[in-house]
Amino acid sequence: MTNLVEVRNLRIEATTDAGRVVEIIKGVSLDIADGEIVALIGESGSGKTTVALSLMGHARSGCRITGGEINVNGKNMAALSEKQRARLRGTDIAYVPQSAAASFNPSSTIMEQVIEVTRIHRLMPSEQARKRAVELFRALSLPDPEGIGARYPHQVSGGQLQRLSAAMALIGDPKLVIFDEPTTALDVTTQIDVLKAFKSVMRAGGIAGVYVSHDLAVVAQIADHIVVLKGGQVQETGTTTQILSAAQHPYTLELLAAFEPKPRQAHADADAGAKPLLRIDNVTAGYGALRDDGLPLIRAVDSVSLVVEKGRNLGVIGESGCGKSTLARVIAGIHPAAAGDIIFDGKQLERAAGKRSQDQLREMQIVFQYADTALNPAKAIEDIISRPLAFYHRLDQQARSKRVDELLDMVRLPRALRYRRPSELSGGQKQRVNFARALAAGPKLIICDEITSALDAVVAAAVIELLKELQRELGLSYIFISHDLSVVEAICDQIMVMYNGERVEQITPDKLQAPTHPYSKLLFSSVPKLDPTWLDSLVRDPELVSQYGHR
Amino acid sequence: MTIARATTSRRSFLGHSYSLVGIVAALVILAWTLVAILAPYIIPHSIGDIVDDDYFGPMRQGLWLGSDYLGRDMLSRVLMGARYTVGISLASVAIACFSGVVLGMIAAVTGGWLDICLSRFLDAMNSIPSKLFGLVVVAAVGSSIPALILTLAVIYIPGAYRFARALAVNINTMDFMTVARVRGESTVYLIGSEILPNIIRPVLADFGLRFVFIVLLLSGLSFLGLGLQPPLADWGALVRENIGGLPFAAPAVIVPSLAIASLTISVNLLIDNLPQKIRDRDA
Repeated sequence: MTNLVEVRNLRIEATTDAGRVVEIIKGVSLDIADGEIVALIGESGSGKTTVALSLMGHARSGCRITGGEINVNGKNMAALSEKQRARLRGTDIAYVPQSAAASFNPSSTIMEQVIEVTRIHRLMPSEQARKRAVELFRALSLPDPEGIGARYPHQVSGGQLQRLSAAMALIGDPKLVIFDEPTTALDVTTQIDVLKAFKSVMRAGGIAGVYVSHDLAVVAQIADHIVVLKGGQVQETGTTTQILSAAQHPYTLELLAAFEPKPRQAHADADAGAKPLLRIDNVTAGYGALRDDGLPLIRAVDSVSLVVEKGRNLGVIGESGCGKSTLARVIAGIHPAAAGDIIFDGKQLERAAGKRSQDQLREMQIVFQYADTALNPAKAIEDIISRPLAFYHRLDQQARSKRVDELLDMVRLPRALRYRRPSELSGGQKQRVNFARALAAGPKLIICDEITSALDAVVAAAVIELLKELQRELGLSYIFISHDLSVVEAICDQIMVMYNGERVEQITPDKLQAPTHPYSKLLFSSVPKLDPTWLDSLVRDPELVSQYGHR
Repeated sequence: MTIARATTSRRSFLGHSYSLVGIVAALVILAWTLVAILAPYIIPHSIGDIVDDDYFGPMRQGLWLGSDYLGRDMLSRVLMGARYTVGISLASVAIACFSGVVLGMIAAVTGGWLDICLSRFLDAMNSIPSKLFGLVVVAAVGSSIPALILTLAVIYIPGAYRFARALAVNINTMDFMTVARVRGESTVYLIGSEILPNIIRPVLADFGLRFVFIVLLLSGLSFLGLGLQPPLADWGALVRENIGGLPFAAPAVIVPSLAIASLTISVNLLIDNLPQKIRDRDA
């Protein structure tokens, strides 16, 4: 036995409702040496999490490990009994979940949960465990390492909680730690701190790791080896530099291509009659009780002004909690503004959607982030898309049916999908349906609220391409809200940076390299690059970080 | 979930899978429904005719279920009783569930004052003991079939309302509801086309459960003498009027009890074993 982990020809099957057996992992083999971090990368459904969980001998309900060997530290996890596996979990192998917020018990203190592993496995007395935990908190550069354990999970930030869940995994001195997309739910500025902390702790302890992610740039910073998965099979394996600079497999190249900065098409009619389509003046909106001056207690959007020109796109960028989604809801009238004017197509709009005319509603459509909840699961795709046709355009049955076909063609979906339910579609397909419904209304402006955030890089790139094409054909304008700079950069003519409910800067994509506002500088410099040395060589102004970062 | 499915016997048909228990339960319910519809044409004797010299007579040829405390044919009385028990209960449960579910969805979608007023009012209704409420109504307006139906419906509206509102509130927070609202849709469309299809399965299960409650409450009221008045009799009333036959082990008291049990248990079993849609993408 030379390697810590040796997986040979792993097969995992799942049983569907109808009792049909589907093979979801088709003979995966991989090795992890002592102290090495291996990344599993691939789109959703590629089996990367399933493979990672199988290293603990665990298969999710409905799945079964049917073949192959999973040797971890000299033991075949697939052959052990559940009791024997339980003894290894937490001591030999530990797991860091994607959403730390959902994995902590809100009703007991952080320290109790971090040292629980030592109690279950009777590793050390509780006093010693507490000391060890504080050491780990310090190593993970958490603020106030002595006192943070006494807090409850809701009293610390998301990035801190993610590092605390790593402390929980590390306290049993495992040989192998499995990270399941641990930074996917975090803002870029926070992600850097978490990645740095993970990397230094793993390196210091000589711990081997499996890092599951769909983000190649993040993986480049932390992994020694990369395993590219698709459809339950290994497509390509190599060291990080090999994969990034000399990838062989077409799928890997496709993944890499999704990271390439896309050339922006310059508008031929550079300034020919750029009429404002939407203008917003000093809009303020928020939540909570109204104060005496008529403004809400908590202001999520604080006197923001913006202009969207006909046929042009405005990007709104900022991290979670900066008010960008509230801004979208204010413009659409879902969350009426407390103050300010919204002027659309030359006419002043009512603040609440309920008071706007049907045409005004029709001309401004909003597309939400999660297509899962934005499409009614009880309706067929055809019914979902044809409703705006019936409602706004009063088309009859035949005309509607014809138009649905056209719309499906427009968003590049096969026509046969019209009879399916949303749950039978993939994430990218659902987002296209979501978009087709907005197009069905015949809008002038579409507000896209993080529409690519829930999608894989390759799928997201395709959706962005589609949006560009449709814009050329239909002369639409988009307001594109995102936390992902590369997405906004690819499609927008103007980019507005928001922080804490306020507009801090508005720039054009070609000036992205030289932002003037300090927050924009911090935000733009925090976006991971494919270069593996990026994280280590990144120098951030500590003053900026302490002023704007959420530590 | 998959393990449970592998052990119970299920068969699939038309993209749904059915369990054997569910099929049997459905057949029992179907049989009682047919009896309720066809009762006047299939009863061997009129329900008022005294056809036996003895009272609480045993089962024998011609009087298949024996005779009751006056010597009337028990088979005919049970068959006609099905009509009242099933019919009255069905009418009440339909009214209760329809109004409850519609009000519940409206409250969830509209929110605000309407929601608060409706919820508090129906909570207050809910706090009145059901048998006591029945007693008061019968004392006030007398016992007639329409009065019974309405009373039973009113008693069960708050429960149906609470149930539907709880389901609809969850659906109401979904983005597709926001999309429909921003589109400018009316409340009628919102509740009918967006919410109802998503809650219809639990609502139907609740419908069945509430039907059972109403059958039992109706039987209870009849047993207390507040339900149908002689010579008409539903199953509860049949149990009551023949209670004297208990020491003689007369079929006249056992049969209507079995009838009540078979109907209510079947409905319960059917709800627990409704056909399940097979969600298999490629199959």
